[in-house]
Amino acid sequence: MDAILLQILNGLDKGSAYALIALGLTLIFGTLGVVNFAHGALFMIGAFCAVTLSRLLSVSFVTIDETRKDFLGNPLKVETPYVESWFGPEVGAAIIDWSVPLAILFSIPIMALVGLVMERGLIKHFYKRPHADQILVTFGLAIVLQEIIKYFYGANPIPTPAPAAFAGSFDFGALVGMDPNVIIYPYWRIVYFMFAALIVGAVFAFLRFTTFGMVVRAGMADRETVGLLGIDIDRRFTFMFALAAVVAGLAGVMYAPINSPNYHMGMDFLVLSFVVVVVGGMGSLPGAVAAGFLLGILESFASMAQVVALFPGINQIIIYLVAIVILLTRPRGLMGRKGVMES
Amino acid sequence: MLGLNKKDTSLFLLVLALVVFAPLLLNPFPEGSELAQFNAGYPDLMQRFLIFGIFAVGFNILFGLTGYLSFGHAAFLGVGSYAGVWMMKLLTMNVIPAIFMSVVFAGLFSLLVGYISLRRSGIYFSILTLAFAQMSFSLAYSVLTPITNGETGLQLALNDPRVLGVSQVDGSIPAANFFGIAMRDSFELSMGGWLFTFNAGYYLCAVVMMVAFYVAIRIFRSPFGMMLRAVKSNQQRMNFTGLNSKPYTLAAFVISGMYAGLAGGLMVAMDPLAGAERMQWTASGEVVLMTILGGAGTLIGPVLGAGFIKYCENIFSKINDNILYDWFAGLPEGLADFLVFVIHPFIGKGWHLTLGIMFMLIVIFLPGGIMEGFERIGRLFKRKPSSGESVSAKTSTTPAE
Repeated sequence: MDAILLQILNGLDKGSAYALIALGLTLIFGTLGVVNFAHGALFMIGAFCAVTLSRLLSVSFVTIDETRKDFLGNPLKVETPYVESWFGPEVGAAIIDWSVPLAILFSIPIMALVGLVMERGLIKHFYKRPHADQILVTFGLAIVLQEIIKYFYGANPIPTPAPAAFAGSFDFGALVGMDPNVIIYPYWRIVYFMFAALIVGAVFAFLRFTTFGMVVRAGMADRETVGLLGIDIDRRFTFMFALAAVVAGLAGVMYAPINSPNYHMGMDFLVLSFVVVVVGGMGSLPGAVAAGFLLGILESFASMAQVVALFPGINQIIIYLVAIVILLTRPRGLMGRKGVMES
Repeated sequence: MLGLNKKDTSLFLLVLALVVFAPLLLNPFPEGSELAQFNAGYPDLMQRFLIFGIFAVGFNILFGLTGYLSFGHAAFLGVGSYAGVWMMKLLTMNVIPAIFMSVVFAGLFSLLVGYISLRRSGIYFSILTLAFAQMSFSLAYSVLTPITNGETGLQLALNDPRVLGVSQVDGSIPAANFFGIAMRDSFELSMGGWLFTFNAGYYLCAVVMMVAFYVAIRIFRSPFGMMLRAVKSNQQRMNFTGLNSKPYTLAAFVISGMYAGLAGGLMVAMDPLAGAERMQWTASGEVVLMTILGGAGTLIGPVLGAGFIKYCENIFSKINDNILYDWFAGLPEGLADFLVFVIHPFIGKGWHLTLGIMFMLIVIFLPGGIMEGFERIGRLFKRKPSSGESVSAKTSTTPAE
């Protein structure tokens, strides 16, 4: 029982990332009808927003402390981050410590801007082109974005720690009344899951309960008619693209402490997220989210020692295997709508 | 000639001439001159031109003719490579069995993948092939280590059996050969300042390439090729006429998989090792790039695309800041610094950035690739023909989807 619970928990963080990226992909596909291979790159840019902010916050100036000596006997050079000198040492240190959560605020305008520029500058011209062209051009864009990040940040992963308050692990088992010390779970992962749930909830609420969201949903169902009603649906869809970029970016920001950001993390996630979208059903938002969590959890079950002993290598391929089976038995995916991508 | 019409014959002869005289043509700059670094006439690079040319020609048979965009073709190349190395380990260092078995195994594997993947079309097909390729890649890295030697890659060893040949010669691994002609044998011709290298391995690749190219032309011009084009233009209508298109697409898939295996086998023949990274999806992406860049659906486009990308890869990765400063030596220092600063991100390790930008520009502005570019330039210089002719010229270069 606790082994099962542990695997479910372990699957949640990856599943959350899959779900968020797949949600964005589906939003873009459902609204604009564009297959966006650069979506993984947006996730990566989000993670590097966190890196950038934590670097910006720790920009320091050097003062020489004559009273203390370093091990060579020279006067000690003390590096003080500007933030600490402005806000006082304690508040400053706290700000630096909380750089990843702060990066959420920092990344929203950046990601929205990136999304807008991408949509207006490039994707707009590809609405009418075949899907293969869309795949190819966004694939090229993904390479470009990835290489730009590599140029500025190098090829090595950059550790970006979570705030000290969430650093350790806690005893999840004891919390829900099971034997202590059975299920130890890192704080940050539970934070990540809650964050993902919040974002998913917010996006769904936005689409469901606002007029804007209603128009967007109408546009997804029948773009032409909505346009004929005198609504500028293109502008709203552009907004949705920016929103999808923000969602992917936020997923990346919060993922930074779990896995140190590197320039190819986007590509790694992209392939899997596409599989997730296809399993969930192209164009279905709940399907994307459900399939994201489902596949994340399945992956973590497949990496249990007992399972791997039974089917060696299953943990590496389970997601693809599931995708193949689903595509062959239920071509529309788990919750796919009729008429999407069928011609 | 050989059952080709006049136009195709001249195309074939042109390619033949280019391939035969490549060691001369690709070395236009004398040895030791400033420009010698732009030479491409050394065996290793020329072999890669041809091998990736074969790969792209095969990919084009699937993508260019049927419009099915496979994102997993590198898996077949990888399977072919592994099969080839195993032949060399078990049988003999002669490259013929290695290449033959590469094609066979890649064909069998593509039959399996194609049979399943072709049940879906469009993006679903792309995702399915991608899933298969990634699965093979992960398995080659982990569970199949006894066959693939995991991360290290599969290599020859001194104690391999090689039942038809010898395990070792004078304490070293025997060289890959074609009935006694070692692949790395070269004949060097020095003429004035020029040095030309004629490599045995290159000419083996050349022969294979010409055969592969000839077969591709025949496929393009056959009723079978016409059927594949019909699948691309409207599969539904094909089905309505009571024709089952699946055997045709599956045949195209297997043929292109065998081409990929052939390329993998040749890679092994030139350099007997195989690694899992050859199967990664970025490698599949590369062949897609080559085909698109050259012009999908055209005969010679993929070959040009493969050559162009491999050449640029080679040149761009070689250039560094010092070379740039040499070029700009005549300019004022500040300007030279600025130019180097601007160009720096695109060269050396930044080659992929250049590739990505180039690729995007091609897809955006020139969906028909280099071949469409030629066509447009040709039209600029030609007097405007009668309207009927221009329409037919246009349809023949319609980019693939």
